[in-house]
This record gives sequence, C-alpha cells and structure tokens, in this order.
Amino acid sequence: MTVRLLLVAILLTGISGIPGLFFPRKSPLGERVSAVLLGTGCLLGLFSAFACLLPNAAASFEAGWPVPGGAFAIRVDALSTVFLAPIFLLSLLGSVYGLEYWSHADHPRSGPALRLFWGGLTAALALVVTAQNTLLFLAAWEVTALCNFLALTVEHRHDAEARRAGLIYIIATHAATLALFGMFGVLHAATGGFSWTPLADSAVKSGSTTALFLLAVLGFGTKAGIMPLHVWLPPAHANAPSHVSALMSGVVIKMGIYGLLRVTSLVAHPPIWWGGVVLGLGILSGVLGVALALGQHDLKRLLAYHSVENIGIICMGLGLALLGRAEERPELVALGLAGALFHVWNHGVFKSLLFLGAGSVIQRVGTREMDRLGGLARKMPYTALLFFVGAAAICGLPPLNGFASEFLVYIGLFRAALEKSGRLWLAGGLGAPALALVGALAVACFAKAYGVVFLGLERTAAPSRAREAGPMMLGPMIVLAALCFALGGAPAAVAPLLDAAVHAYGGGAPILLKMAPLNFLSVTALFLLVVVLVLGWYLYLRTRRALPGSIGTWDCGYAAGAARIQYTASSFADSLLRLFAWVLRPLVREPKLTGPFPKPSKFHSETPDVVLDLALVPAIGTTGRAFSWLRWIQLGSIHAYLLYILLTLLVLMLWR
Amino acid sequence: MLQTLIQVALLVALPPLLRGIINKTKAAFAGRVGPPLLQPYYDLIKLLRKDSVFSDITTWVFRAGPVVAAATPLVAGTLIPFGSAAPLISFSGDLVLFAYLFALSRFFTVLAALDTGSPFEGMGAAREATFSCLAEPALFLGLLALVRASGSLSLATMLGAGLGATWTTSGASLLMVIVSLFIVVLAECSRIPVDDPATHLELTMIHEVMVLDHSGPALGLIEYGAAAKLFVLGALVTRIAVPYGGANVWVNWGLLLVGISALAVVIGVVESVMARLRLIQVPSLLVAANLLSGFGIVLLAR
Repeated sequence: MTVRLLLVAILLTGISGIPGLFFPRKSPLGERVSAVLLGTGCLLGLFSAFACLLPNAAASFEAGWPVPGGAFAIRVDALSTVFLAPIFLLSLLGSVYGLEYWSHADHPRSGPALRLFWGGLTAALALVVTAQNTLLFLAAWEVTALCNFLALTVEHRHDAEARRAGLIYIIATHAATLALFGMFGVLHAATGGFSWTPLADSAVKSGSTTALFLLAVLGFGTKAGIMPLHVWLPPAHANAPSHVSALMSGVVIKMGIYGLLRVTSLVAHPPIWWGGVVLGLGILSGVLGVALALGQHDLKRLLAYHSVENIGIICMGLGLALLGRAEERPELVALGLAGALFHVWNHGVFKSLLFLGAGSVIQRVGTREMDRLGGLARKMPYTALLFFVGAAAICGLPPLNGFASEFLVYIGLFRAALEKSGRLWLAGGLGAPALALVGALAVACFAKAYGVVFLGLERTAAPSRAREAGPMMLGPMIVLAALCFALGGAPAAVAPLLDAAVHAYGGGAPILLKMAPLNFLSVTALFLLVVVLVLGWYLYLRTRRALPGSIGTWDCGYAAGAARIQYTASSFADSLLRLFAWVLRPLVREPKLTGPFPKPSKFHSETPDVVLDLALVPAIGTTGRAFSWLRWIQLGSIHAYLLYILLTLLVLMLWR
Repeated sequence: MLQTLIQVALLVALPPLLRGIINKTKAAFAGRVGPPLLQPYYDLIKLLRKDSVFSDITTWVFRAGPVVAAATPLVAGTLIPFGSAAPLISFSGDLVLFAYLFALSRFFTVLAALDTGSPFEGMGAAREATFSCLAEPALFLGLLALVRASGSLSLATMLGAGLGATWTTSGASLLMVIVSLFIVVLAECSRIPVDDPATHLELTMIHEVMVLDHSGPALGLIEYGAAAKLFVLGALVTRIAVPYGGANVWVNWGLLLVGISALAVVIGVVESVMARLRLIQVPSLLVAANLLSGFGIVLLAR
C-alpha cells in the first residue's frame, strides 16, 4: 500500500506542470496550481518514502511493461529512502522559491515550461532511485537528463552562455549514458537478467566485474561530477536558473552516487583496488574542486566547484566503505558509508541554501560577478544571515550539519589508519590530512565568497540599490538553514536510518552510534552555544551604548576611494592560488607600469577549468580536424540520421 | 571534581600569563627589564573597561568574531587532559572536533576582518586563510601519528597515562611530531617566524592587522582568545613532551605549569634569535612541518 502512495506522488509531481500550460501566461494562477500539485506530491512522497521502511510495509510494486526485458518494478529500501528524502524536500522548497524567483509574471514564456520540466525532473528522479528493472532505470535516467537539460536552458533565447552550458551538459550526460548502456550489458551478461541482481562470486573472478566497475565509474562518475569527469558541472550550475542549480547540485548529481552504490552493492567481495580508486578520485575531486573554486570570480561557478569538492568527500566515504568490504572491516563500511550518505543529505541541504541565496542576490542585484558586489549584508540582512549559515555548514564547521557527516568520514579514516593492513592505513593516512586540507581551503573559499559579496563596501552602484528578498524566497531558505542546525545539532537522530542503509548496502549489524558517538556532538554543540551566548551577551551589554556620530573604518589616513581599494575576490585568493599554480595554471594578464605617471591600465585574472578548457576543448578540436574527411556524412537532415539508425539496426540484427 | 575545577580555573585564568612570560624572555634577551609579568592582565582589564567604536560599515559579523574567537579555545581546552584532570568532555573522535573548533574561530575572525571593508584587514585575512590551509593538515598529521602510536581516537587516551610507554617504543616519531606541532603553534598563534606580534607596519602583519578596527571590550575578547589559543595548543604540545602521569596529583599540576612556562620561554627565545620570515617563505616552513609529521607516521608503520 505504502509504495502505491509513492507511485501517486511520482504521478502527481510528474504532471504538476501540465495545468500551468493552460492558464493565461502572465496569470499567477497557473504557477500556484502547479506548486500545489507538486507540493502535495512531494509531501506524499516524503511520507511514503519513510513509511516504506516500517516493518510490515509493502515496499515493492511490479506491473507489466511492454518492452522486451522490461518490467515496471519499483522497490524502496533504506538506500532509496536516503535519496528520496532530499529529492522530494528540495523539489518542494525550490518550487516555492520559484513562485517569486521565476514568477510567470516576470517570465511569461519560460515560466510555465520550467514548471513542466521541474515536475518531470522530480518524478524521474524518484523513479531512478526506486527502479528495480534496469531498463526502467535507464528510461528514468534519460528523462532526468532531458528534463534537466530543458530546465537548464529554459532561457536559451536570450542567454548564449546557458546554450553553451546546455550543449556541454547534453554531450557529457549522453557520454555517461553510453557507458551505462555498456555497464548494463555487462550486468545482463553476468546475471542473465535486467534487474539489480547480486553477482555470483564466479563472475567476480572472470573479469567482467572489472568492466562493470570501470563503466560504472565512467557513467555514474560523470553524472556525479567526479574530477576529471566534472567538465559539464560548473557551466551548467552557473548558468541554470538558481533554483534549478540548487536542485541539480542538491539532488541530480547525487544520482551518480546512488548508481555507484547500487552497482558496488551487487558484488559480495569487491576487489580492494575498487575502494582505492574511489577513495583516490574522492581525494582528487575534493582538493582540486575546492582549489578551482578559490579561483572563481563568478559566485555560482564558485558554488558549482564546491559541488565537485563535496562529491569528493562523499566518494572518500564510499571508497572507505569499499575498502572495508574488501578487507572485511564492518566498522569501516558503516562509518564510510554512513558518512557518505549523511553528507549526501547535508550537501543537499546547505548547497541548495547557498544556491538559493545566490539566486536572491542575482535577482536583486543583477550580476553574478563577485567583484561587482559587496556590502549586501546591510541591504539584504536576512539573505546574508541565511547564506552565512550555509557557508559555515559547507565548511564543515561545528555545530552545523557539514561537520557531523565529515566527522563520520574522519573517524572512518582514522580507524583505517589504525589497521595493521598496509593498504588500509595508507588510505587513512592519506585521506585524513587530505580532508583536513579540503576543509581549510573551504574555509578560505567561503570566507572569500561571503566576505566579498556581503561584507565591506559596495564595489559598484548596483548592490547599493538592492532590496531584501521576499517571503517566498526567504521561506525555503529559512527551512534549509534550520535543517543545517537540526542535522548538525542532533545527528544521532539520523543514525537509525543510516544504519538501515548500511545494512541494505551489504553492511552488518547497526554499529554506527557505538563507533561514532554522535550524541557527544550535540553535547559539545550545546556547550559551545552556551559559552558563545554568555560572551556575546557580555559584549552586547558592554557595547550597547554606541558612541554618537558616524564613524568609518580606520583608513590609515587615505580618505578617498575606500570601496575601490578593498580586497577583491581575486586578491583574497591570490596567495593560495599561487600554491596551486602548478596544476591550476591560472591566467593573469598584468599591465607593465612604466614611468613616474603610468597610464590607466587593466589587470585580468581567471582560473580556467584544467580539464575542460586546457585539455578537452583542444583535444576535441584536434580530433574534429583529424576527422574532417568524414564530414560528408553529416547532412544536417533528420531523415538522413533516421536512415543511419535504421541501417545500423539492420546490420546489428544481421550480425546476430 | 576538585581536579576538574582546577582545570577549568587554570584554563580560564592562565592564558594571558604565557604572553607575559614570552615578553619577559624577549626583554631579558634584549637586555631590558621589560613589562611586568602580569602586564597582559592589566591590558585586558584596561580594554574591558573602555568604550568601543564600531565602523558604520560593519555588521553583526564584526561583533561575533571576537566572541567566537574567545569562546572556541575555551571549549577546545575542555577536550584535552591537563595535569591530573581528565578532560571535561571526552569521546572517540574528539580530536576532529578539537581541530575544527579552531577552524570555526578562524572563519569568524577572517570574516570580521573583511567586514570592515579595509584593504589592510583584507590583506591580513587573506594571509591568515592561506597559512592555516597549510597548518591544518600538519595538525592532522601530528594527531594521526598520535592516534597510530596510542591506538585510540580520543585525546584523553592519546595523551593519557600510556604516553610514557609510547615514548620508549616510538620516541623518534613523537619527537618529530612535537617539532611539527610546535611550528603549527607558532603559525596558528601568529608568532615569529611566521608573524611578528610586535611589528608596527600594517603591510607586514597577519593577525594584528586583522584586528585593527576592533576596540575596547571587543579587542579585549580577541586578545584573550588569542592567548587562550596559545595556551590550549601549547598545553597539547607540552603534554606530549612531558608525559606526566604520576601518582601525586600535585606534582602533575606542577609539571604542567613548569612545562607550559618552559614552552613560553622557548617561544620567547625563538622570537629573540630569529627574524620573521618573508611572507613567501612561510609556506615552505609549514610544508616542512607537514613532512616532519609525515615521516613520524612512516616510522610508526610497523
């Protein structure tokens, strides 16, 4: 019964955008009907996702599907629930935010379309994490990719950057899907079916699991944005409407993590190098993701690279869990996987909060360029406060939620470092300091982001005219900020679900709270809060009586140009970027100053993406030139392409 | 209970004294009498009694910075064992919280500096953020070596009675960890050769330039927080270097006081005989600290 509720939820969210198409374009009625439908579906979905875990709940559903090998089979286990919860929650909050941020009155053309794709995306995402049949999974996966593409390029008429971002996204996601076709082919060959069936141990030895794993890393890793497969992620997140970026970063890229989890759970004894590869990719994504983020001047690109970093942290937990399974250490499986899954939630919460905050800034000021902003905390105090909570949370600072999940990964890494086995302690010994480096760099990066955007003086005229965001935009952000505190203050409340998910993944008995005393995090959070409140109250009492008159910042005697001589995003990050210059290759064009009265000159610095701009684009260009003799098959007529497909199918049928 | 009370009392009351000892040492090297040993206390009292000036540009972050900077070392101090007292709060993995509390303090201090919109403070903030990115992994590598040597994930056990035995089995590693952590202390607490607390030119400062705009009680809280940070991190290093844990509780407290005073003297000596490094050379020093702890861990890989 409960799983049928989920089906209703998927149906409701899926069709939620359709009524909006029939209302007058500028009327707010259409978007309200859509939002109510989607909201009902999401609440129903949230309820059923958790209800399916109750002992006697019917958690699976199967119906026929007239596709060879296909069946409409869905099942909800704890792993699905962990992913369903953020899907429905963030979709709901984003849709409320969209009522004001992307209202039909302001966007009469793209508004209804975006609602349609938003609903489809939500429904398809929910199907992806519940599909039992691999063909159903692939179908849902493809719908996700298309809805996401359409939502991302919804402003394609005016926005050339969004078009380019969409192009890169659609190429990357289809390359990923191609790898997944291969992967499911291997799975079919090994198990003889089209469902998530565990592999026999004999298949592990035959080498087909190696192909399975590598294709999964390629396909799911591209979706998740693991370095160096992340190329689509920064432009897509930067150019999508902000609530779409929030949903992409919070949920869509996590589908890659879900896929990796499902596939690796099929193998009872994964080889140890699987864990090593995932952990290594995690470290690479974490360190380079945050280092690239430091170099960005575009607020949303900066946030996008932090998604790469956080996917890295999640992969570190996942890699640890794989190592634990290979070496039969249940505590490492529990800590690594629980840390990864908890971080999936937490990243969903604080990154959506940050993207929504960035969206409010962009809507009110009209630019994403950090060096044109500044001083917004005085113009938009609530947005600034909420962004601050998200920034502290993403840095993994106690007592917020980012710390709680990183804490689990840390304990897992430290426990691995205690092991006799050389591979395990090497993993821990490399992983823990790497995570510390990532954490410190994240603190630097978000100090820069918050400091340059919200603090100091306005750098241009635009931010000085900004107004506070409205209630529909602030409301969802308040919910997310409260969740940052709740999940960080009482992480033990999530432990039973995480234990169940670890069990569903192939771990053992519930040992999480025994291994990681999450209750103590609540105790110290409370203690910290008390000390801060006492000292804060003292400072408040002592400084309540402000001195009269207007007082500026002490400026060392230089009275003029205070706003222009502030530290900018690039000057703040400069000394750190120099440490990473050997891999990031930042581009700096400095003017040569000559003579006693140098002419006005320009300084320019940017940090291009190492993989996309410095490797992939040149490589694709070269490949394209090398194959120019084949251009003639590209006729530009859709009939010709259909003919090619038909011919290929015929050849394949003859070949079998 | 009594021991815990002593611990809390020392944690709250002692930090400024360390600065007094450092300044006395430096004065002795320079052939001066120097300020009284208790001068940091007098300074604090003076600051707390003054009025504050707040720039119109600043927001609540500017006032939250000093509060968090004073609160976090006090909370972190309750996680490590002092003298004969067990830590107030102890659990498996508390070392992560210990390190991250300092990150929390840094986040607020850096933002409070950026809140003023002053280029000087932005400069200090950028430097602080840069150097701590290298100090943080060094701290974790040092703690990792202690984890590996003691087989435990809680600071109470890592620095507990078993530390004496660890010295006999893997003394070389511990020695490297001490040197590495000492460099971390110098960097995190803005001492020479990383930063010169007595410099008078904004362009060369790190910590001092970040707090230029704070005044009165807010500045007092910052000064107190900086002293407490030095005390807590110093107590950690002292504890490793002097693995006291005898039967007589009062001897243990005496050893703690002697040890931490000795650390302050060493810092004073370092400040007297060395010049501040050029800013672009500081990363090399911190990378060296990382490598040293790394070698310490490799030695433990048996």
